[in-house]
Amino acid sequence: MTETTKKEPWGRHKKLEKNVALLGVFAFLAVTVGGIVEIAPLFWIDNTIEKVDGVRPYTPLEQAGRDIYIREGCYVCHSQMIRPFRDEVERYGHYSLAAESMYDHPFQWGSKRTGPDLARVGKKYSDEWHVQHLKDPRAVVPESVMPPYAFLAEKDLNAGDMKADLLALYRVGVPYTKADLEKANEDLKAQADPNADTADLIKRYPKAQVRDFDGNPDRLTEMDALVAYLQVLGTMVDVNAPAAQEALAKEKGR
Amino acid sequence: MESVVARAGLWLVALLVAIVMFANAVDSGFAIHMAIFALAALVGLALSLRNTNYKTASVFGVVADQGKYDDDLVRFGVILTTFWGVVGFLVGLVIALQLAYPVLNLDLEWTTFGRLRPLHTSAVIFAFGGTALITTSFYIVQRTCRARLALPGLAKFVFWGYQLFIVLAATGYVLGITQAKEYAEPEWYVDLWLTLVWVAYLAVFVGTIMKRTEPHIYVANWFFLSFILTVAMLHLVNNMNLPVSIFGSKSYPLWAGVQGALVQWWYGHNAVGFFLTAGFLAMMYYFVPKQVERPIYSYRLSIVHFWGLIFLYIWAGPHHLHYTALPDWAQTLGMVFSVMLWMPSWGGMINGLMTLNGAWDKVRTDPIIRMMVMSIAFYGMSTFEGPMMSIKSVNSLSHYTDWTIGHVHSGALGWNGMITFSALYFLAPRLWGRERMYSLRMINWHFWLATLGIVFYASSMWVAGIMQGLMWREYGADGYLVNSFAETVAALHPMYLLRAFGGVLYLTGGAIMAYNVWQTIAGRLRVEPPMRQAAYDPAADRPLVATPAE
Repeated sequence: MTETTKKEPWGRHKKLEKNVALLGVFAFLAVTVGGIVEIAPLFWIDNTIEKVDGVRPYTPLEQAGRDIYIREGCYVCHSQMIRPFRDEVERYGHYSLAAESMYDHPFQWGSKRTGPDLARVGKKYSDEWHVQHLKDPRAVVPESVMPPYAFLAEKDLNAGDMKADLLALYRVGVPYTKADLEKANEDLKAQADPNADTADLIKRYPKAQVRDFDGNPDRLTEMDALVAYLQVLGTMVDVNAPAAQEALAKEKGR
Repeated sequence: MESVVARAGLWLVALLVAIVMFANAVDSGFAIHMAIFALAALVGLALSLRNTNYKTASVFGVVADQGKYDDDLVRFGVILTTFWGVVGFLVGLVIALQLAYPVLNLDLEWTTFGRLRPLHTSAVIFAFGGTALITTSFYIVQRTCRARLALPGLAKFVFWGYQLFIVLAATGYVLGITQAKEYAEPEWYVDLWLTLVWVAYLAVFVGTIMKRTEPHIYVANWFFLSFILTVAMLHLVNNMNLPVSIFGSKSYPLWAGVQGALVQWWYGHNAVGFFLTAGFLAMMYYFVPKQVERPIYSYRLSIVHFWGLIFLYIWAGPHHLHYTALPDWAQTLGMVFSVMLWMPSWGGMINGLMTLNGAWDKVRTDPIIRMMVMSIAFYGMSTFEGPMMSIKSVNSLSHYTDWTIGHVHSGALGWNGMITFSALYFLAPRLWGRERMYSLRMINWHFWLATLGIVFYASSMWVAGIMQGLMWREYGADGYLVNSFAETVAALHPMYLLRAFGGVLYLTGGAIMAYNVWQTIAGRLRVEPPMRQAAYDPAADRPLVATPAE
């Protein structure tokens, strides 16, 4: 008896091969370890997200634009994650910080650059350029292979009840205030309306850009929302400010 | 009778829920989806009232025989896998051409690259690959357990419920309903539906194993089991979303930014590791020894590489996030495990290839075996390329470029595609009781078209990726960047054309397969010379007789 077990060094494995519950439990345990070790610490290790000033939740209009960005699958061709290489920093701007996407549900870092990175595209081009480019990309960049998005300018922004959106985002951890939630639908319209009183909006959303974005002040279109989103990308944190640079220089163990 | 009432009752509840959701829908996409769902529930209801005896009902006109395996769903699966394959390849070709000629976006919101690309990836991974996995697992688990499927009614729910998931996902992308997470695009209610289907799948699979009359659980079933369990875990964690309204399609994920990114790529990489690797290795472990008529090369190797593979794969996710804002320690950990993963991957390749020991001559005469060997070879190639690309310095060049796309396709077209094709060629004649496939020579054509297609695809994407990566980082003597982004896009055009040509070849192979499977099911045999025949000349087959000189 002992002779035969000695001859089979894998004899113990036979137990697993005869018991589906044991096999299942061990197989499941084997696949949980990696995720626990790699992902769980990201939620409690302090220096995972840098402490820099300026990151704020998106305004309702920017968030509505972000929803359109997501709906159209822009992430398929555009990244929002600048890597710390000389050529990328010169091409796109300062490398991306984890803090800059801390309120992004979902993250949109992307995985492929069929088009350029958009992490810091905000304020780089005029609204007119964006509108023209979205309507007919090849009119401004002849080499572009981007699909045309002219329909965005023709569709009224139908974002539904923005308060519900902001509330859902609040519940998953975005620090909207009570006033933000209450005024969500007002804010949505006001940001693209040059005649609206937006002092309160700018106070609650610092550095928010308030103007008509799509060149047609009479209508609030999907184009308004998308351009508002593109124009805010990468503009919240002043990465080159001395305070931010000092904080980044002290980073360790990331 | 009770079970009929219970089943019909469940479908009725599903129907009512769908109607309520439809009536209150806050967006049109959600309304369309609930209409589709209601229609499916109605069909379920009608079928459950019509077919009162699940144990004997059979769609293909054969009265189910308890002395035979339960293969109805497998037959449907062979047909649907073939169908989804051709659809997926076709959409792939369309979007490949869109990148070469953007006018093909057609100026319509439903046909832009951004919406069709998830349609392509989901059609090939989840429709073609997923249907192939469910189909082959139902076939294999019965044979290797010498038992009929447990819970046959639930098995039907798994199969058709999964097809409904595919339809909801696909229509959603075109309508713009997406979570914007790669390979996890379907929205919260579709995710919930898939969860239901997946739990039922686990129950059917484990139930069948528990019914087995063989003492041992065969190695293919280890892989299927770990694939089902792990995909359940990945799906649940990555799709933790909070819907904005339970009557609307939009939702926001619990995870944000850096945590969201790692959860997503932990999911994304292991969709490759468990959906496209473990599940398909299970297919290899059954169909290769069957077709070659040789036992698996090494029992010990299969143990070592099974545990090695499933343990190591889970760690590799961070290599999708090299040099991003993900902490360095996580990136490095991901890289190290990715490189280690090379070993168990090649363990699988060696176990598959060496199974041909003593039967290598069949590669010349049996086009199905030729396809299997090519498939395993591509598995080995892409599981070498993957660890190489996960090394940070290589990744700094390859990331964000078409090199990644090429890598994915050498694995998907070569490994997943070819092993599935050979499984379909193995299954079709057996399931419909035919002597052989309609045409073996067409299999050979398919083999060469697919192989050439992959060569065009992979090599053009290598060139495109490395070229663009180098152009992005090229500096002139003056210390400035040489190329604008637009110039690097223009440089890719010829490569995109070559890639599309490779796609045409691969799609043509798929179409030939569809025809071949169809004719086989129809019961036809193509009259054709056999694949190999030693030369024989009856005129020369006689003794030399000396003729006397006159």
